[in-house]
Amino acid sequence: MNRRAQLSALLALPMLWLIGIYIFSLVMLLVTAFWVTDPFTSKVKPGFTLRNFEQIIANPAYATTSLRTLGIALAVTVLSILISVPLGIFMAKVASPKLRAILAVAITLPLWAGYLVKILAMRITFTEEGFFNSMLGPLGISGPGFSIVTVVLTLTYLWLPYMAVPVYTAIRQLPPNLFDASSDLGAGAGFTIRTVVLPLIKPAIIAGSIFTFSLSLGDYIAAKFVGGSTQMIGSIIASNINLNPPIAAAFSLVPIAFVVIYLVSVQRTGALERM
Amino acid sequence: MRSKIMTGAAFIAVAALALTGCSAEADSTATGGLSIDVPDIPMLEELGEMESEVNIVAWSGFVEPAWSDEFTEETGCTVNRRVAGTSDEMVQLMRTGDYDIVSASGDASLRLIAGGDVQPINLDLVPNFGDDIVEGMKGQIYDTINGQSYGVPIGRGANILQYNSDVVTEEPTSWDVAWELDSPYAGEIIAYDAPIYIADAAVYLMAHEPDLGITNPYALDQEQLDAAIDLLKQQNTIVSEYWADPAAQITSFAGGTTSLGTSWEILRKLTDDDKFKSVLPEEGSTGWSDAWMIAAESESPNCAYAWVDYTSSAEVNGAIATNFGMAPANAAFCDTSDEAAAHCEYFNATDEEYFSNVWFWTTPIEQCIDGRTDVTCTNFQQWTDAWLSVKS
Repeated sequence: MNRRAQLSALLALPMLWLIGIYIFSLVMLLVTAFWVTDPFTSKVKPGFTLRNFEQIIANPAYATTSLRTLGIALAVTVLSILISVPLGIFMAKVASPKLRAILAVAITLPLWAGYLVKILAMRITFTEEGFFNSMLGPLGISGPGFSIVTVVLTLTYLWLPYMAVPVYTAIRQLPPNLFDASSDLGAGAGFTIRTVVLPLIKPAIIAGSIFTFSLSLGDYIAAKFVGGSTQMIGSIIASNINLNPPIAAAFSLVPIAFVVIYLVSVQRTGALERM
Repeated sequence: MRSKIMTGAAFIAVAALALTGCSAEADSTATGGLSIDVPDIPMLEELGEMESEVNIVAWSGFVEPAWSDEFTEETGCTVNRRVAGTSDEMVQLMRTGDYDIVSASGDASLRLIAGGDVQPINLDLVPNFGDDIVEGMKGQIYDTINGQSYGVPIGRGANILQYNSDVVTEEPTSWDVAWELDSPYAGEIIAYDAPIYIADAAVYLMAHEPDLGITNPYALDQEQLDAAIDLLKQQNTIVSEYWADPAAQITSFAGGTTSLGTSWEILRKLTDDDKFKSVLPEEGSTGWSDAWMIAAESESPNCAYAWVDYTSSAEVNGAIATNFGMAPANAAFCDTSDEAAAHCEYFNATDEEYFSNVWFWTTPIEQCIDGRTDVTCTNFQQWTDAWLSVKS
C-alpha cells in the first residue's frame, strides 16, 4: 500500500463522520430555513422563500431576544474569566499540592452531575424560601429570585469548568523564573499578573471563552427554569421547533452568526494560532 | 486555520441546535355548525381480524399497564406506548406514520383532521361510546367536523386559578388579581407558557372590555389579538415566572416564589398541602378536552378501534381520569363506587354548568369559529409569533 492510500484509509472514518453526519445534517437543517409552513396544518413544505428571515427582522421580539442572549453570553464569559484567573493563579502558584488537588476536584465536580440536576439544584437554591434567601436573609440580603441575573449565575456555574481548567493548565505551565524575574525587576503582584501572566494565558482564556460564550448562546433550559420571564434565543427556537421548523432553522442562524463573528475577531488577535 | 474555524462554527451550531427542545400544549372548543375543508379519508365500515400490536402516542398517565395488560389479554393486541409532552410533539409524531392512535387535545385535533392525519370514526364500532358520554363532550368542534366524528372523548379539565391561602387570605372571585397592575400579589404571579395562553387573556377581556366584541377566545381578529397581547405584556411586568413544565409549577408554588396563578386541579393536588386552594373565577376560564383519534393510515385499525372502545368503558375511562386527575368522559364511571363518585364530584364531571364557563382549547384558524364572516381571524402561527413579543 502506498502512502497515499494509507493516508486515505486513516482519514476515511473521521471524514465520513465529519462530512456525512456532522456537516450534512447541519446543512439539511439550515436548508429548511428557506422552506414554508402551512399556517393551518403546520406541515412543512419544501420551497424557497426568504419570508422566514423577513419575519425575524420584522418582529422586534427576535431582535431584543438576540441582544439579550448576546449580553447574557458575554456576562457569563466575563464572570467565568474573573473567577478563573485568580483561582488558577492561586492553585498553580500558591496552594500546597494537597489543597491544589482538592480544588481541582472541586472545580470539575459539577461535571459529574447531570445537566438537568444542576439546573434544578440552582432552581431550588433561588426560590423565595430557598437556600440563598435563608442563608443571607438574616443579613438583610434577598436573592435575585428568578431573573436574568439568576440565568447568568446558573450558566456561569454550568460552564465554569470549561474556563477554569484551561486557564489553570496554562498558568501551571508558566515557568517560575518569569515570576522571579518580574519580581527582581521590582514589579508587584498586580503588575506581574497584568503584564506577564495575562498575555501568556490569553490563548487559554480565549479557548475557554469559546465554550462559555457559545454554550450560553445555545442554552434555553436555564432561562426556562431559573429565568422567571427571561426569554433567550433557544426559548424562541424551542417554541417554534415543532410548529414552524423553518423559522426555528432561520433563527438558529443568529447564534451561528454571533459565534462566527466572535471567532473571526479573536482570530485577528492571533490567539487561535497558539491554541 | 480556516478549517479550524469552520469546524468550530459547525460544532457550535450543532450544540446550539441540539440544546433546543420543546414545550407547549393546547386544546379547544367552540360552537358547532362550522364547515371546514378536510381531506376525504374513508371511514372503516366493519371490523376484521385483530392485528398483533397497536402503537399509541399519549399524554403521560393515559396508557398504563394497570389497564393495557388486560386489553392485551382480551384482544391479543400488544400495546406500545409513546408519551408526548406537548400537542405540537403529538402532531409531529402522528405525521411519521408510525402510530395508530393519539390522545389529542383540542389544539392538536383540528390540525390533525385538516392535515389528513386522522380518519373519521365509525361510532357504531365503538359500542362503549354510548349515552353515558357526558353531554358537554359530545360533538365538540375539536373532534367533530362537518357532522363527522374524528375523536372519542377521554376527559376534560379547566385551567383554574390556584392560590396560596397563607398569602391570599380572601378567596379571589376574579382573575383581576392575576392581570391588573395594582394586584396586591404583583411579582408573585405565575402564568402559563404557551401561545394558547393568549386565550386566557381573551377570556378576561371578554368580561372586562366588552367593546372589543370578543365572543369566543379562539376567534380573535387582529385588533382583538393585539388587545390580548397588550394585556399579556402588562401581566409580564407582574409575573414571577412562566410555567410549561408541571414540576416547575409545583416547586414555584411550594418554594414561595409564586402566590397565585394558572394551574390544573391535578397540580394543586400534587403540591400535597391544604394551604393551596383553587377557584374558577367569575370570568370563566380556558380548559382542555382530550379525545382518542385514529391515524389515517393506521396499520392496525382493528386493534385501534378495540383500544378506543375498551378505554371508553366506564371502568377504564374512569381509571385513566383518576390516574391523570381530570373529569372522565364516561359519566357511568361516577356510579361505580363511592370513591368514583367523590372523584367525579371533585372534578365536576357531570356539572355542565361548571364547564359552560370553560372555553376548551381550540386551534385558532383563519376562519372565525364564532361565526363572523366579515373579518379574518388570526391563526395559530400568528399566535405563536405574537406570543414571542410578550416576553421580549
